[in-house]
Amino acid sequence: MGQQVLNGVFVGSIYALFAVGYTLVFGVLDILNLAHAAVFTLAAFIALALVDARLPLWLALPLAVAAAGLIGIVLERLAFRPLRGRADSNISGLISSLAMATVFEAIALQIFGPDISRFPQGTFPDRVIRIGGASASLLQLCIVATSVVLMAVLTLLLARTRLGRQIRAVAESPRAARILGVDVDRAIAMAFFLSSALGGAAGVLFGLAFNSISPDVGRSVELKGLAVIILGGMGSVPGAVVAGFALGLIEVFTVAHLGSSFRDAVSFAVLFLVLIARPHGLFGRAAAREA
Amino acid sequence: MSLARRWPLPLALLLTAIACKDQGAQGPAAAAGGAVIGAALSLTGPAASYGAQQRAGIQAAVDELNQGGGVKLSVLIEDDASTKEQGITVFQKFINRDKVSAIIGPTLSNTASAADPLAQQAKVPVLGISNTAATGITDIGNYIWRDSLTEAQVIPGAFKKAKEKLQFKTAGVLYGNDDVFTKAGYDVMQKALSDQGVKVVGTQTFAKPDRDYNAQLTALIAAKPDVLVVSALADNAASIVAQARQRGWTGPVLGGNGFNSPAFIKNAGAAAEDVMVGTSWNSLSQDPANQKFLAAMKKAGVNPDQFSAQAYTGVIILTEAIRQSGGKTGREDIEAGLGKVKDLETPLGKFSFTPARDAQHEPSVQQVKDGKFQIVQ
Repeated sequence: MGQQVLNGVFVGSIYALFAVGYTLVFGVLDILNLAHAAVFTLAAFIALALVDARLPLWLALPLAVAAAGLIGIVLERLAFRPLRGRADSNISGLISSLAMATVFEAIALQIFGPDISRFPQGTFPDRVIRIGGASASLLQLCIVATSVVLMAVLTLLLARTRLGRQIRAVAESPRAARILGVDVDRAIAMAFFLSSALGGAAGVLFGLAFNSISPDVGRSVELKGLAVIILGGMGSVPGAVVAGFALGLIEVFTVAHLGSSFRDAVSFAVLFLVLIARPHGLFGRAAAREA
Repeated sequence: MSLARRWPLPLALLLTAIACKDQGAQGPAAAAGGAVIGAALSLTGPAASYGAQQRAGIQAAVDELNQGGGVKLSVLIEDDASTKEQGITVFQKFINRDKVSAIIGPTLSNTASAADPLAQQAKVPVLGISNTAATGITDIGNYIWRDSLTEAQVIPGAFKKAKEKLQFKTAGVLYGNDDVFTKAGYDVMQKALSDQGVKVVGTQTFAKPDRDYNAQLTALIAAKPDVLVVSALADNAASIVAQARQRGWTGPVLGGNGFNSPAFIKNAGAAAEDVMVGTSWNSLSQDPANQKFLAAMKKAGVNPDQFSAQAYTGVIILTEAIRQSGGKTGREDIEAGLGKVKDLETPLGKFSFTPARDAQHEPSVQQVKDGKFQIVQ
């Protein structure tokens, strides 16, 4: 029981971290960035390449996260900015982000090959810690801690800083923000930087946790991430955090009590029921404010 | 702002598109002269670690053959990407464009179940070199043969020997339920366990793309079995065993055929130690055919395993079939020749086909010791 809670919190923390970035871009632009999972994959590979180049992990992790952020800026410039202001930019942005996802995946395939790559043995000290009747590896605890810290930093950044206020203003109404003197293009680019950096961090942590990275590794979180942001309420950061942990726990307890074949069925059934009861998700904003 | 209400349908379509994204094929590698054989191997995808070994085994055998006198072969190697779809494409190319005399492969039973019917229909003999699902392969039709023992032939003997050594009474079982091979392995394991009077205290499943097995393993370990039984492909197997050790599992692990790969030991590291698995190839066999195979692999710089041995044997068997039909290399000639193969000396031992065109030879059991598979005597 205790062990399963730990397992759920562990996998949930990665889902939450992935989904927070996903939902941030949606909150600002109302566009689903389908390349988010590809950034997740690329960041895991970048961290792997850095570790293979004999960089210590504590240096490889922030570098890979920063690289993921820069990829996010490139992504915004190539896939979203040229379409901005068009009448159908919501759907065309969705499609162009899918195209970028394909490009990113192809790059990973070219450079790293289709096989599963792994961090070398001993990248992280292999220590197991007992908590009551349960056990967790030091790596797992560090992953949960890193996720929580990153999510807290994002929340503070959005709530307290000038950049956070600008991003929130743009999310509210780009036109009003521009009239008030906010550099809208810059705020959006920064939102993409933050979003992709967090998605990338989730990728690196996922790669470390399960130590098997392949160009299609993003698939395993792509749909989960989407479920999390719908469950949490599209665009809601705290919603994504809560829903991420909830989905992790639901999955784990489904496996433990109903069997692993039911895992996705139960997760998506919960999503379905929540949407019937609360069409905007757990923390979703009401539609009344929409322009 | 109305997108939030309008997006579900286009989104569903797009997600389908993501799921269907395709992978590229790989060019052929051929030797010169003689009969043309097509080999569909998983050089990419989840079974890539087997495909690489199989390619090495085939190439070593073909090189040896073409250096000697007598029958000559050239082999076209194509990547089936570990998928049914790509396997079907490759088979169509072999049958219609390359007009091959026979086909070796494909690597996975899953792929074979989809691609082999094409060859059966076109009357092209197929020799599976690693398909181990008990049913659904050679019963496709009379043109489908294999030199790989089925799980049903290997596992009961392996489990019996393991039980003698380890004295277990209860087992927890974990298997992949989205793959013909791992599912078939599970069915055989379940029967072997019940035949041995072992009680199954818990059963869990996973899917090939899964990376996290903690929930399943925690549930299984909580049931306190004497032994953990796993049916998985090598990549999944390595992660499963590593995560089981992290969850505090110190007991023995029995694996299916998917564990029979140096890639499993390399990726699982220290966690692989003491894992026990049935095998169709006895690496310690002193038979001249096996010694010749070991020497060929050493020359090629490849670490030999069951998959390279079975692939190498596949080429020997096709050569023998051509010899039996008087050196003729037509599709019907090879089909008739395969029927006459009996007590052939191969690295796997004295090889014959059963009346159902399955392989017949003696299996062994091996265990990981000091990072290497060692035959359990």
